[in-house]
Amino acid sequence: MKIRTSVFASFIMVAQVLGIALFLRGFFPVPVKSSLSSRSKLSDLPAEPLTGGPHNASRLPEPLFKRVVIMLVDALREDFVFGPDGRANMPYTRNLVERGSAHSFVAKARPPTVTMPRIKALTTGSIPGFIDVVMNLNSPVLLEDNLLWQAKTAGKRIIFYGDDTWVRLFPKLFMEHDGTTSFFVSDYTEVDNNVTRHLDSTLKRDDWDLLILHYLGLDHIGHVSGPHSPLVRPKLLEMDDVLKKIHGSLVSKESEGSLPYLLVLCGDHGMSETGSHGGSSDPEVNTPLVLISPAFRRKVGMEKPGTVEQVDLPPTLALGLGLPISQNSVGRLIPAVVEETPLRNRLRFLHLNGHQLSCLLRDSVAEHHKEVGVEQFRVAEKSHGGWMKLYLEGNTSEVLGNVGKKVLRQYLEALASMSSALGKQLGKYDMYSMVAGMVIVFQLLLVLLLAMPEALSGAALVDIPVLPALLSLPFYLLCLLLASVHVLVCTSAGSSCYLCSLSWGLVFAAVAFSSATLCVLVSMATRRILSGLNVPAKSGSSSSGWSLSELDVLLLAGTAGHTLSLAASSFVEEEHQTWYFLLNTLCLAVFQDVCRKYFREQRRPGSIGEDVDDEVDNEEEEEERYYLSSKGRRPPELSQQGGDPRSRERWLALATPPLTLACCRLMRTLNQTGVQWAHLPDMGHWLNSSEHKAVLSLLAALCLVLIYFLIQRRCSLVSKIALALGLLGVYSYRAAVGNVVFPWQHSGQNVSKGTVEARFVYIFVLGILFSGTKDLLRSQIAATAASRLKSRGLWEIYSGLVLLVALLFRAHNLPVLCCCLLIQTLMARFIWKKLHYDAAQTTIMHYWFGQAFFYFQGNSNNIGTVDISVGFVGLESYVEAPAIFLTALSTYAGPLLWAFHLVCYLNSESNRTPVALGHGCYCLALLRSVPMAAYVVLVTALRYHLFIWSVFSPKLLYEAAHALLCTTLCLFLSAMEQAQADAGKP
Amino acid sequence: MWDHEIKAMASSHAIIASCIFMATVVPAVFIPGFSVYGTHLLWLYCVTAAVSVVTVSVFWLLGVSQPTKKITLSYKLSRLVRSCLYLLLSCLFYHTVVVLYGAPLIESALETFSLAVLLTSLTTLRCLCVLGPNVQAWIRVFSRHGAMSVWDTSLQITVACSVIGAWLGAFPIPLDWDRPWQVWPVSCSLGSVIGYLTGLVAAPAWIHFHRKQLTYKCK
Repeated sequence: MKIRTSVFASFIMVAQVLGIALFLRGFFPVPVKSSLSSRSKLSDLPAEPLTGGPHNASRLPEPLFKRVVIMLVDALREDFVFGPDGRANMPYTRNLVERGSAHSFVAKARPPTVTMPRIKALTTGSIPGFIDVVMNLNSPVLLEDNLLWQAKTAGKRIIFYGDDTWVRLFPKLFMEHDGTTSFFVSDYTEVDNNVTRHLDSTLKRDDWDLLILHYLGLDHIGHVSGPHSPLVRPKLLEMDDVLKKIHGSLVSKESEGSLPYLLVLCGDHGMSETGSHGGSSDPEVNTPLVLISPAFRRKVGMEKPGTVEQVDLPPTLALGLGLPISQNSVGRLIPAVVEETPLRNRLRFLHLNGHQLSCLLRDSVAEHHKEVGVEQFRVAEKSHGGWMKLYLEGNTSEVLGNVGKKVLRQYLEALASMSSALGKQLGKYDMYSMVAGMVIVFQLLLVLLLAMPEALSGAALVDIPVLPALLSLPFYLLCLLLASVHVLVCTSAGSSCYLCSLSWGLVFAAVAFSSATLCVLVSMATRRILSGLNVPAKSGSSSSGWSLSELDVLLLAGTAGHTLSLAASSFVEEEHQTWYFLLNTLCLAVFQDVCRKYFREQRRPGSIGEDVDDEVDNEEEEEERYYLSSKGRRPPELSQQGGDPRSRERWLALATPPLTLACCRLMRTLNQTGVQWAHLPDMGHWLNSSEHKAVLSLLAALCLVLIYFLIQRRCSLVSKIALALGLLGVYSYRAAVGNVVFPWQHSGQNVSKGTVEARFVYIFVLGILFSGTKDLLRSQIAATAASRLKSRGLWEIYSGLVLLVALLFRAHNLPVLCCCLLIQTLMARFIWKKLHYDAAQTTIMHYWFGQAFFYFQGNSNNIGTVDISVGFVGLESYVEAPAIFLTALSTYAGPLLWAFHLVCYLNSESNRTPVALGHGCYCLALLRSVPMAAYVVLVTALRYHLFIWSVFSPKLLYEAAHALLCTTLCLFLSAMEQAQADAGKP
Repeated sequence: MWDHEIKAMASSHAIIASCIFMATVVPAVFIPGFSVYGTHLLWLYCVTAAVSVVTVSVFWLLGVSQPTKKITLSYKLSRLVRSCLYLLLSCLFYHTVVVLYGAPLIESALETFSLAVLLTSLTTLRCLCVLGPNVQAWIRVFSRHGAMSVWDTSLQITVACSVIGAWLGAFPIPLDWDRPWQVWPVSCSLGSVIGYLTGLVAAPAWIHFHRKQLTYKCK
């Protein structure tokens, strides 16, 4: 079956995206969530088990504590308190731990060890997975059932001082709060003083039940100078003083009759030896947990602290305060806390915890009744009922105690196995889906690679032996084999396979597709090998005729080198450096090509090369004429006076690569990105500071004017006007939002959301896009000037996109857009056309530029740099679909604009070489699928790497999103080529 | 065919390579605490000076550059002045390129310029010694199929090797290994010197093994 290259490439891309989606589904564990969206209520609690007899009241036992103070010290590492230096670091705490009535534990945090997910874990008791972190970027409010909400509902009064993440997570729950921002990492005294300053007055008062303090200073010290810095000790001593103050005040307030207090000292995560956190190394994961209350037994010496999970704290606190456990909590009650309570209450607590866990297990695991823990819990519940019967009968003998202890043990075992089953659910990769996705991606990549000689040939037709493959015996055998493998895997593992939960039809389609691809692959490979064997027999040195220029070598080596560099976590973190480096080298190589072309011409005006040069010149002139006519009118600077236009053009061509290099260097300083040097000050910060508003306004205005002049020359009159108005609208939007000022504006202007202005721009964007589409459609029908209409239509769509991006980009990023257009214009005019780069080379260059611009605009391979505020431009409130679309568009603006420029350029080029579009499409698909396929394998191999969640997974998401973008563009390209082929037909 | 020239080239390259070695080892005897990483700039200057002196003297003794017809003093002087100007321009050119590649503009400008000087002494100086201050000849040599003698070929190879060495040397900088050689510009200057040494070895060897295929257009 012969199909065109572009269709072939688009098909491969679509299938690859499906494969990637399957891989992602297997790679990211699904968060454990209760199916009920509501929250736990007191009335839903199960009754106390009792065999025979009427049901006992479903009430909770009396709360254990009246007041709770939670002192959360960011990045408090376990050895800061329990380690050998602990006595010097925190003497008072250490004293309490060793001799006071306190329990101490090492609480293990789960990666990602970053503050926000950890706060969620500490309040909900669930373990936010990585995907959860990504999904919740746009809604800062924690909607899940959590401890604070439960406390608030039960009428507890909560006071919070500290990191304002809490205030954003729980906006209305605090009776009183004072959030401090953790923006300036270098500040490590002020943030903590801001917390402590409220302490004295608050501790004197009696009108609160729950006090939460979150100290950030230690984390900041860690980030700046590491855990062994001389600053750490004074900070820990300060924390110790705070604890002493709180403890002292609580002790003095304690009155005789009321319930005791509870003071909790904990850390959200630790810090690594370099002071950072986010990974899963022991120092990052192990945090201290100290519970201090007069309700506990006094201890007589330092014991080795036991190990608990960080998520064990919320159910313990919930039960201690007499609240229902939040629904998605996977933690279990810390038994030591309830040691001193009567056996009946202890059993009741454990029963409540077990009930909640078994409910969660029922909702999240498909075959929950097979779980050991559920069975154990049922047995324990039954014996609990028996014990209750004995107890209510007034039995006080030895038997009661023994039976009770047995029930207790049964409960603890059940809790442990249920909790671990839930934990396993979270940390498990669905290897079967991952491997299936990987196999599909790889097969398609190989097919793509094998088709290269045909796809890049002059005909741009790919011959795919689909029908022979479908009718061959191996295809059916493979289908059978894969189907049986599927059945085998699904019946043996059974637990949580996404593929196994799919319907049979889908699975069979996937199996058939995969085996067909394999058959096609094999037959193509044999054909290639056979033809490879035949060719040298005919002509001895056919391979040596295919020589590569330096530029080709650079382009190939760069692509391969970049793919290899993805294996190192630092190179993934600092990927922008790779691209900037490659782009610079590319510009220098192009510069060398230009120099060679023009200086060689100059050097030998009368030598052998003359006639050849003349030929080239004639060709160029013709081309120039064509290009100009396609543009409609002659650009002024070429036709007017000014001596020889050729020599002027030569100098412009020579100036283009250095200018590009200079632009790139300037844009590099605009946004400092990556990880290692991200904290360095950059131009973006400088421009955004309020005292430089005038500079920013001037810059933005200049850029918008320049954008207009760069983009308008190939638009129709109506679009030009719309564009000008739209760009004006962009400026007034920025002025309304308060980023820039109008010259007549002074200061103290009220800042609005700029909805009206943004919508004004949207109207023009839509208008220009509509006019472009109309031109494209008309070019299908029109007999004359179809190609002119088409290129104008494409350009108008492009300018619509530029206008939209100009609206979405932050004001300080407008130079990036401006440089992008400038480089595109210059390159297209003087380099790509004049130096006769073919479609493949141009595509690779466009791709590289697109990648570099992705980072120029301030993106990185970290999820945190995605600018979510873009989703609110022109919208009154958060609406999901447009917000996601706008955010994705502005994030991928660089690659998108470059790829779209490629479409415009190849379309204009296709008059000379009709297959340019097909070749471009193929190269784009290849450029995207090579790194993606390699990365999928890498991620699978490195799935237990330390940085898998902090570095590699975000990159995987970025790669997948980029693949989606490329697929769309490939489809667009192939549609363009289709239209061209139709128009070409008589 | 050019056995004599290849031998001369190999021996002169050996001399240059040994002088780089000496420039690394000898100062360690006289200056306490001298090391390639620790006192990197000092090492860099030593290598630069040694390479410059030895290259100039070796090529002057060999008399590779084209014999000129006019041997007046003023002509020689103008050649000298032009050579110096070219060297300065080349230093500035390398500095600009390195800054374009992302070296900080103001801070560590000294380091960047030292690297530029090193690269100049490894590449431009040799060009000047072989070709003289003659732009046309430079363009000829560095365009495709432009070599006209074994010396031109060796020049192409060594220059390409040193520049590619410096280029490759920039790669480990973003890695978070915190090694002393990741400090700017240690890896780049090391890369360029290693590349230069490779070029010194590779040039005679490559010419020797390809002497059958090499044909030079006579002037």
